[in-house]
Amino acid sequence: MPEARSGTATVAPVLTRPPAEQHDGTREVLPPELGERQIVFDLSDVEVRYHGVTAVQNVNLRIAAREITAFIGPSGCGKTTVLRTLNRMHDITPGAEVRGRITYHGEDLYGPRVDVAEVRRRIGMVFQKPNPFPKSIHDNVAYGPRINGHKRGDIGDRVEHALQRAALWDEVKDKLRQSALGLSGGQQQRLCIARALAVEPDVVLMDEPCSALDPIATARIEDLMQELKSDYTLVIVTHNMQQAARASDRTAFFTAEVDDAGRRVGHLVEFDATEHLFTQPSDPRTEGYITGRFG
Amino acid sequence: MSTVTAPATTSLLQSRPASRGRRLRNHLATGLIIGSMAVTLVPLVFLVIFVVGRGGHVFGWHFLSTDIPILDREMGGGMKAAVVGTLLITGGATAMAVPLGVLGAVYLNEYGKQSRLARFIRFLSEVMTGVPSIVMGLFIYILWTLHFKSFSGFAGSLALACLMLPIVIRTSEEMLRLVPDELREGSYALGSRKVRTIRTVVLPHAAPGVISGALLAVARAAGETAPLLFVIGIVTDTNSNLFHGPSTALSAQIYKNAISPFVGAQDRAYGAALTLILLVFVFTALARVVTTVYARRTTAAV
Amino acid sequence: MATETLAPAAPRNLSEGGVPPGRISDRVFRVITLAAGLLVLVILGLIVVETAGQARSWLSAEGLGTIFSSNWDPAHHHFGALALIVGTLEVAFLALLIAVPVSVGLALFVTEVAPRPLRRYFVYAIDLLAAVPSVVFGLWAIHVLLQPLADVYSSISSATAGIPLLDTLFGSPSRSGQAVMTAGIVVGIMITPIVTAITREVFATCPASQKEAALALGATRWEMIRGSIFPHSRSGVVSAVMIGFGRAVGETIAVALVVGSNQRLSAHLFGTGDTMASIIVNEFGDATGTWRSALIGLGLVLLLLTVVIGIVARSVLGRAERRLAAVT
Repeated sequence: MPEARSGTATVAPVLTRPPAEQHDGTREVLPPELGERQIVFDLSDVEVRYHGVTAVQNVNLRIAAREITAFIGPSGCGKTTVLRTLNRMHDITPGAEVRGRITYHGEDLYGPRVDVAEVRRRIGMVFQKPNPFPKSIHDNVAYGPRINGHKRGDIGDRVEHALQRAALWDEVKDKLRQSALGLSGGQQQRLCIARALAVEPDVVLMDEPCSALDPIATARIEDLMQELKSDYTLVIVTHNMQQAARASDRTAFFTAEVDDAGRRVGHLVEFDATEHLFTQPSDPRTEGYITGRFG
Repeated sequence: MSTVTAPATTSLLQSRPASRGRRLRNHLATGLIIGSMAVTLVPLVFLVIFVVGRGGHVFGWHFLSTDIPILDREMGGGMKAAVVGTLLITGGATAMAVPLGVLGAVYLNEYGKQSRLARFIRFLSEVMTGVPSIVMGLFIYILWTLHFKSFSGFAGSLALACLMLPIVIRTSEEMLRLVPDELREGSYALGSRKVRTIRTVVLPHAAPGVISGALLAVARAAGETAPLLFVIGIVTDTNSNLFHGPSTALSAQIYKNAISPFVGAQDRAYGAALTLILLVFVFTALARVVTTVYARRTTAAV
Repeated sequence: MATETLAPAAPRNLSEGGVPPGRISDRVFRVITLAAGLLVLVILGLIVVETAGQARSWLSAEGLGTIFSSNWDPAHHHFGALALIVGTLEVAFLALLIAVPVSVGLALFVTEVAPRPLRRYFVYAIDLLAAVPSVVFGLWAIHVLLQPLADVYSSISSATAGIPLLDTLFGSPSRSGQAVMTAGIVVGIMITPIVTAITREVFATCPASQKEAALALGATRWEMIRGSIFPHSRSGVVSAVMIGFGRAVGETIAVALVVGSNQRLSAHLFGTGDTMASIIVNEFGDATGTWRSALIGLGLVLLLLTVVIGIVARSVLGRAERRLAAVT
């Protein structure tokens, strides 16, 4: 199993080309390779409010295909909030309002004729605390294909394929009918990943997927992410900087600052190739966060 | 800077034809769900409007203070005896059921807790809330009316009290359970004994909820007919003595007049129904007000 | 020095002396509350004993077997209860048929569909429906429902005449509108609030993480409800249905006013019928001797039936709650 590494293997040597200035001050660095990479998500001036109060604003970034993009930053700065805009989970959050423009492969994600169910099929999500259904392992993974209308014979194959992709097949292949709740935390999380993969998404969003797991389970999931990257676009939120440094290709650093009215508002500070962000951060706040943690 | 966004010749995010059926089922389900609310509101609104409509023109202070005519076919008249009867009989039941119910709830939550006896009592109280009210009426008939060979409002109070008791015990116990243990421990730590703690800390804290539950039980009892029919008899003149002589109540009068072919009796039935609904709705609303004020008070204090 | 202090001059041992005054009032109070609690047991026990006692002459006169005969004829001293039991069950099942889908829909409406700030008001409306007394429902039904329903019954009856099973169910429609079906409809409306209240609570306990998991996989709301909420709520809903059934069985006054008082055993849902509770109310005033004893016996049957339903319903709910607590 490939060891989890920083994104150096996939990102070209860092250029000395000056970073491109965005109109609001966030700097975004795109090495030439990205020129041929597809943009999956393009966020412009994204702001999220809860019951009228801004939680995070001025978010401008582009997420490239077949890469791992990490969102890091202190708690309460909007990382998860921004993540959840990508699969329209805020639709079901009471009082949440998403402003700005978010496109998916050039198409407005919040457009009037967009089918939300299709959005979430293509852009899957794995949650912080594993949340398998109280059903058998097989039925958990089969849930997605079933609602998408796949036939019974087809489903067995899809379940196996998804579990293999999630590196869980060998451990559960003899007990597919057993309850998913009997698995360990790490296994349940990989089951949730398999469940998400079973609907053949394009993107997998992960909200602090390892924070409820022990280090060994964490390492397995990080290895899994490296494998998945070849077929899926991954966006992960993590409060563990080492994880971001090890595992991601590109990192976005968020922070929260107190505005004039005395409220904490989150925003994007810096978005760069991971190696560059961690070794030569352009913004002092990024540097402060990184060095503070490294101690 | 050259970046490529994937050319989207067709929309990626619109429904695939295969999932059109899913969307349809979803919309259908939503429609049915909203429909069930409509279906429920219709009888309620219709009933209230109808009762107000047919009862409104006889209702008024005159109606509440005039005696019931002896003959069904008489027009006009009032329901004074029934109003007095309902108030006295329900009042009597409340005076018995609420203190006993609260004391029983105190036993269950403060003393018995999870002991086998307490769990048994708790279980049976819940089961008893499902016993039909007519059975309570039969019970009091056998135990009291047959024994004393006379009708009285008090017998009706007894029957209603049997009905109210399990309800009051259940709701009061829930409210007592909500009182945080820290409050009790604080009181014990200051040297207070259990009785004092219950009296000065637990009950006051649970009071709004207990009162609210009691009000709902009163509203339920005031509307009951079956338990009263065999034990209170019937009168047209007002009987202000709960313990001697037969009595009547709004619910019983409505029942008696409902099947009458005479318009006069029917009018009075609707007037009584309007009176009863007003009474019941007022108590129900009062219970809700008490709960809301309580909630506001506790969140304000925090 | 005047000692008004509470503490005695010399400290006492904790265990010295007689029983401190507070201790006695504690014990007395405990006994009082225990007595109040036991009152429930006593009452329930007395009810069973007394009704059984008064029902004895009916039980011994008829013999246990003939009680289940379908011949209820006081004039000739026949008190077979079968028709009444069956009538009660018919009305109760019809009521459930109406109340359960509506209640599930209502519960879903309040927990998932209605806009959040308005949810409270819909709950108030349902509570108001629960507060309406049975006799007022009956009064309204007599003057508002009977005629239209009579017309509906006769049209359906003539439309299904000759079709094998249906003409038994829908044959012999009541002219007045008083019928088993009418009672079923009215009782269905009346038990909806209680079934909704329990179902709503059960739906609300479905963990948000389960619902999010389904939605994140691309499920529509209805698919999420079917896939996450329903499986979670199965036992709770069963319990709610049973409690509704218990209420429907015991419903007296509204039924007495609209069911038609016909003690013949029949499957004609559009025809008149009778239930145990309704016949007690209708005939008790005139009954004497064995007749009265029979009516009290019917009351005993009602009591036992609702107690058994109540016990089963609470155990089902208790088991579901325990299972949920173990998983979360």
